[in-house]
Amino acid sequence: MLKRFNLKAWLLLLPALSLLIAFTHWPTIRSFWRSVTWARSDAAPAKFVGLENYEILLEDPVFWKVLENNFWYAIGTVPTSIALAIMMALWVNSKIRFTGLLRLAFFTPTILPMITVANIWLFFYSPNIGLFNQLLGLVGIDGPNWLGDPDIALSSLMIMTVWKEAGFFMIFYLAALQTLSPELFDAAKVEGASAWRMFRKITFPLLMPTTLFVLINALLNAFKLVDHLFILTKGGPNNASNLLLYYIYETAFSFLDSYYAATLTVVMLLILAITALVQMLLIDRRIHYR
Amino acid sequence: MNRFTKCLATAGIASILGVSTVASAATDLTMYYPVAVGGSLTKIVDGMIEDFESQNPDINVNAIYAGNYNDARVKALAALQSGEPAQLSVMFSIDVHALRNLDAIVAFDDLVSTDAERKWLDSFYPALMENGKADGKTWGVPFQRSTIVMYYNKDMFRAAGLDPEKAPTTWAEFASMGKKLVKKDGSGNVEQWGAMIPSTGYPYWMFGALTKQNSEVLMNQAGTETYFDKPGVIEALEYWHDLGNKHAIMPSGVIEWGTLRQNFLDGKTAIMWHSTGNLTTVKNKASFDFGVAKLPGNRELGSPTGGGNFYIFKKSSAEEKAAALKLVKFMTSPEQAAHWSKATGYMGVGPGAYKTDTLQAYVKEFPPAAVARDQLEHATAELSTHEAGRVRKFLDDAIQAALTGQMSAKDAMTDAQKQARSTLRRYQ
Repeated sequence: MLKRFNLKAWLLLLPALSLLIAFTHWPTIRSFWRSVTWARSDAAPAKFVGLENYEILLEDPVFWKVLENNFWYAIGTVPTSIALAIMMALWVNSKIRFTGLLRLAFFTPTILPMITVANIWLFFYSPNIGLFNQLLGLVGIDGPNWLGDPDIALSSLMIMTVWKEAGFFMIFYLAALQTLSPELFDAAKVEGASAWRMFRKITFPLLMPTTLFVLINALLNAFKLVDHLFILTKGGPNNASNLLLYYIYETAFSFLDSYYAATLTVVMLLILAITALVQMLLIDRRIHYR
Repeated sequence: MNRFTKCLATAGIASILGVSTVASAATDLTMYYPVAVGGSLTKIVDGMIEDFESQNPDINVNAIYAGNYNDARVKALAALQSGEPAQLSVMFSIDVHALRNLDAIVAFDDLVSTDAERKWLDSFYPALMENGKADGKTWGVPFQRSTIVMYYNKDMFRAAGLDPEKAPTTWAEFASMGKKLVKKDGSGNVEQWGAMIPSTGYPYWMFGALTKQNSEVLMNQAGTETYFDKPGVIEALEYWHDLGNKHAIMPSGVIEWGTLRQNFLDGKTAIMWHSTGNLTTVKNKASFDFGVAKLPGNRELGSPTGGGNFYIFKKSSAEEKAAALKLVKFMTSPEQAAHWSKATGYMGVGPGAYKTDTLQAYVKEFPPAAVARDQLEHATAELSTHEAGRVRKFLDDAIQAALTGQMSAKDAMTDAQKQARSTLRRYQ
């Protein structure tokens, strides 16, 4: 009886499991294997080289540059998008007029494909014909070369990413806010709590599960989303805005070096796995689940 | 009757008659094709393919549009590796070394058999053949080819008191005329730049022009050596840097490839250096009187060639290779090349194309259409080496580092040369 039950369970799991293995686990293993082999070209047979590819990686200045860039990119985009998302969610959750329109406005960037957005922003950022510098010109400021100046190219990417992402996270917060019981706030009001105190002591703690979810997603996206680089900067100038995943793409498909690309991929997988684990373990303890 | 029903019918009749279907079946060709400047290119190629099919009813061509040059190569190679059919592709002319290292392509010399075919292979402009040759054989046949030309706004030349029929021909003139074309508003902000040379997307390509103008080349024909740190090459980069700083005729820092055409059309710059592939679009969209001229020179005139070549893949049967060769011959024949050039602005790939009525009439009506061809005598090969992607990026990064003032031209190029040398050591 028990055996038959197990079989059924496995059968039910089979479709999902086979897809996961075929498209996630097997490629991961293959990437790992590839990262310890090397061949002169794809036509020649690969041979085992141990950690040689990783030694090359440690000495590759571009690798360290993209890692540093990715770090700043995550720091710059994740907290900002989350803070903005919470603010927008609180705003469109309150009883003001035109909330429908507001929600739509905040959500619009999310429904646009990243490539479309990047193509629009390419023209916003253009130094001479671009919207931003024309607006700055009206008040007499000679605007910067947003994508061409190595000191601000990465920040320009961050601004666009925050604009694109915040609306998406807002939806999660909005959903969470609507599940909060109004009695808590009524009670707090009776006690004479200020709006800020209510947010700090009630709303924000109760939103923690959402925040954890959003935080993980935002961090993953900081590593996963590079579509805009193809359009906006191609990682330039001189790698000033290059990110790890884009560098992997360049290595695999522009340099045609699948072995080094696999090495970079393994490093990226490790970073993502460690980030997710740390978040789950550390923050999970401090969350009120109901 | 569509292709599928045709196939079914052929198969049906063949089986009724009891003959082998192989003998009567049509040859199917799959061709991967990049669209680099967008627009109506796909429609034009579709039309050419249809003409080919109606002339060769025994050949079916399945043309797959695969994004930009990089995407096309990725998709074609992926198809080959996974066993999907792919017999030919238009890919970057500078991919020749990479494709040979992958053992993916065959030399055209080994495919042509008749004298007429050998003559055809000899009918292209020699400058366009440079990037397609390696080890004494021809691996790529020119199709979607361009050079860099100078587009300039004649109205602005007039307003600045310059002769609109005389574009700058030397580096010194380029700088001095550029200065006259810069226009500032009351508070000193620039409203109109003298010139723009794009430095994202394909910086190494623009730089190939500047180095050739300084009588230098960037690499050897075998693609095993680069010459990034030669004094003449460094001098070329210093000149480029000076245009944005000392002479201030261009914005300093890097200039975006993707928005440059719009900047020119919107009158934000009087001159731009860009691919001839833009010619037809600029012609259709410019609201002002514009001219096209050869790039200016220093020690000599010069521009690299650019664009895509036809390649035929090794992994195909003899019949497929013969059919593929037939298609390539058709697409590069003078009439088709002329039609293609007129529709896009890309070059007619051989002298024959410019002798057709189509192009002769077009050049007469619109002389800029011949500038790219006239510039060919000063042309050089585009940067193409083993490990092309990586070496190209070393150079791109160095150019951008120098233009943005992060490094001096000398340091940047010395670094790039060092990196390129160690990457290419294995191929020497």
